[in-house]
Amino acid sequence: MTQRLPIVVFALVMAAIPFIPGMPPFWIVLLDNIGLAALVAMGLVLLTGVGGLTSFGQAAFCGFGAYTTAVLTTAYGVSPWLTLPASLLVSGIAAVVLGIVTVRLSGHYLPLGTIAWGIGLFYLFSKLEFLGRNDGISGIPPLAIGSLRMLDPGTIYFAIWTAVLLCALLTTNLLDSRTGRAIRALRRGHIAAEAFGVQTPRAKLLVFIYAAVLAGLSGWFYAHFQRAANPTPFGAQAGIEYLFIAVVGGAGYVWGGVLGAAIVVILKEILQSYLPYIFHGEGQLETIVFGILLVALLQLAPTGVWPWLVARLPLRPDRKRPDTSLVLAARPRAKASPDVLLQIDHARKQFGGVIAVNDVSFDVQAREIVALIGPNGAGKSTTFNLITGVLSSSGGTISMLGRNIDNAPPQQVAKLGIARTFQHVKLVPDMSVLENVAIGAHLRGRAGAIASMFRLDRSDEAKLLAEAARQIERVGLADQIDALAGSLSLGQQRIVEIARALCVDPILLLLDEPAAGLRHMEKQRLASLLRQLRDGGMSVLLVEHDMGFVMDLADRIVVLDFGTKIAEGTPQAIKNNPDVIKAYLGTVA
Amino acid sequence: MLFLLQDGITNGAIYALLGLALVLVFGVTRVILIPQGEFVTYGALTYASLSSGQMPGTARLAVAMGIVAFGLDLFAGRKSLNRRLIGRAFLVNIMLPVVIFALTSWFATRHAPIAVNIALSLLIVAAIGLFLYRIAFQPIAHTSVLVLLIASVGCHLALQGFGLVFFGAEGQRGPALSDAAFTAGPLRFTGQSIAVYAVTAAFIVGLWLFFGFTLYGKALRATAVNRLGARLVGIRTSLSGQIAFLLASVIGAISGILIVPITTLYYDTGFLIGLKGFIAAIIGGLVSYPLTALAALVVGTVEAFSSFYASNFKEVIVFFLILPVLVLRSLAAPAVEEEKD
Repeated sequence: MTQRLPIVVFALVMAAIPFIPGMPPFWIVLLDNIGLAALVAMGLVLLTGVGGLTSFGQAAFCGFGAYTTAVLTTAYGVSPWLTLPASLLVSGIAAVVLGIVTVRLSGHYLPLGTIAWGIGLFYLFSKLEFLGRNDGISGIPPLAIGSLRMLDPGTIYFAIWTAVLLCALLTTNLLDSRTGRAIRALRRGHIAAEAFGVQTPRAKLLVFIYAAVLAGLSGWFYAHFQRAANPTPFGAQAGIEYLFIAVVGGAGYVWGGVLGAAIVVILKEILQSYLPYIFHGEGQLETIVFGILLVALLQLAPTGVWPWLVARLPLRPDRKRPDTSLVLAARPRAKASPDVLLQIDHARKQFGGVIAVNDVSFDVQAREIVALIGPNGAGKSTTFNLITGVLSSSGGTISMLGRNIDNAPPQQVAKLGIARTFQHVKLVPDMSVLENVAIGAHLRGRAGAIASMFRLDRSDEAKLLAEAARQIERVGLADQIDALAGSLSLGQQRIVEIARALCVDPILLLLDEPAAGLRHMEKQRLASLLRQLRDGGMSVLLVEHDMGFVMDLADRIVVLDFGTKIAEGTPQAIKNNPDVIKAYLGTVA
Repeated sequence: MLFLLQDGITNGAIYALLGLALVLVFGVTRVILIPQGEFVTYGALTYASLSSGQMPGTARLAVAMGIVAFGLDLFAGRKSLNRRLIGRAFLVNIMLPVVIFALTSWFATRHAPIAVNIALSLLIVAAIGLFLYRIAFQPIAHTSVLVLLIASVGCHLALQGFGLVFFGAEGQRGPALSDAAFTAGPLRFTGQSIAVYAVTAAFIVGLWLFFGFTLYGKALRATAVNRLGARLVGIRTSLSGQIAFLLASVIGAISGILIVPITTLYYDTGFLIGLKGFIAAIIGGLVSYPLTALAALVVGTVEAFSSFYASNFKEVIVFFLILPVLVLRSLAAPAVEEEKD
């Protein structure tokens, strides 16, 4: 309840504002505009700030929302309330079409692509006959509940701000869930998320559609607020402005979108009304100041105003400890567990002319710790990537529990019970340890986006978090459970990755240099944890450079050199193997 | 038909120039240069103003930006201020624009020959480009592509606003570079269109030589690949950025000067022209110069044909041209992990 309190207070304040005696109607109009912009900005926060997908085209989705209701209400006389689902649906469908084309684009192509179709759609709106070309459509009926017609800005105000508050609540709920964690992991690249079963293209498309639907809602309100729709507010300039709003407020924060909308709308108003007095009304001065302020702001506070503000408020949301007594159902697995888990047969990976993995064969049996060692560049991590489906193999077969998994997608591999850590730690630094680890249990949860938005996922969610907390305790990081993953030392981050992998409920654990960066005591603790896991029935395949650690721990060692397996055997045999000594130390001249 | 093709190639050549500049700037600084269009308008309208004997406001802007850049240079180097540093900063940031300003005001009222006007316009816009990098981008050069992109949008807004202040809302045209014209078969070539082809070709070859064979060109490429690595081998990455912006602004201004005799330009026309350069640059993948030039010709041709057959939907068609390309790119995209922020 303490977390909800500020929101309730905010809602009450917003509800009271129109009743303040002597409140100028002009301010109410301003607040209406802030609400409309906030809806779009909130979608952008999710899309850009959280999901890492930059879109300049959100204004076009407002256009879809506004024109849908404009056409339906004026040409067909449909009631505005019935056009609401239609508006949302049209913007959603447009998002699906454009999203399928654009969200798979990486890096800078995405924003550029959105600029292009944003402008294309603007011209489309302004040229189509049935959308009224440049003049647009006027005479749109107002919203009405019974006999209450929302004609003046003071009445539609309540509708707009109810929508803003509801959407903010739904968005916050969504982010704080299984799907939300998957979305928040997107920005850090797709490999880590996919290794735990997240369908990243689907998650990207989901946020894209979500943002578009919010923009469509804003457009729908806009059409009934202005009682008209024309192409100008849906052009490239507006799209840029929405992104600006999100960045000003704080692109990673839902309430940052609302704050940003307030700042920008009010600032524009002030600039428009006062600049002409100062500079004697020469042209578009507000755009100049606006542009300069934008550049200055990015140089001074690139993360936006909201995080800056929150750091200065005495609000410290107390985190709820997950109830670890809840039990998450185990991952469904094959009944009879065979002796050989993982079988690699003449696996091969070629990058152009370089053969990184050259016909390597070995296997991992049940309840066994196998170490993969070799000098730098021997192909150890490449082998890992072949097993986990990050890279497609150039030849040979890899099978898990008798099922062929070469070139299976990473999500499929995770489903079979293979969990991994990464040589270069891939955690989401601005998420807590608990949330990072909970991503590991992604495949063991069921709740989808809609359920999370309406908080129907709580029992599922509590079990996931309980499992995550148990694994964190198991690896000995219970004290850091609420810390941000990025604030931990590199060694601890590696341990967090192990906890995340354990959340998969794996039968085979792939660890890429788990002991790097650990202190002596920590290494010993890790070794005993791995032994304990093996004794509990799990197998471990690990890449490691610390020979003491490997020799002490591994049941069997496979040695690679220049992509080729040069030896395999017990630690004792490997120590005395002349080929291995030669690979590591060179020949005696 | 043929005249449409010819028209398309002339437009396409301009887009190719802009596309090249965008690729260049993105490659070196990771800035997606939205204000490229403003360089076009500034170049064109400065040239047009000078030709009609007016003092262009852009010269004043260059001086003002120089002063800001000087202040930033002093502030950035406040820990190790010495006479040489101050002298250099003063020379580049104050003396250069002031001299350009003085020259401009001297020539503006004297109906100087076309060549002088072109040179002055290029100088002014080049100075603005240089200072733009120094003021807006150099302090945030290390941040993500997104932050740079948004800063770039801010620059576009500010510069476009200044454009309105300097040149007014009315469009202008400039005098042609040459009145020569000849007919070959069914086609009529004007001196202007020949100039467009020649300049574009010269720039493509010039950039290729610059990046392939000169030390500065190689340094710029090194900065593009890895900023830190480039710094470690002694390349001044801020200098690389300034050179890239200088080149981009000159290219933009030249494109503007080339088209202002053919079409009327308004203070905000550049944005759209620049964006079409973008389409070409994106099709070229933001890395390849020849592919970008080729794509620009396609964009120009499609535009010419669609303005003839479906003039209402000309822009729609041009901007949606990008979608099939993006689809192809996304299908062919390798699963490369990007390390972000």
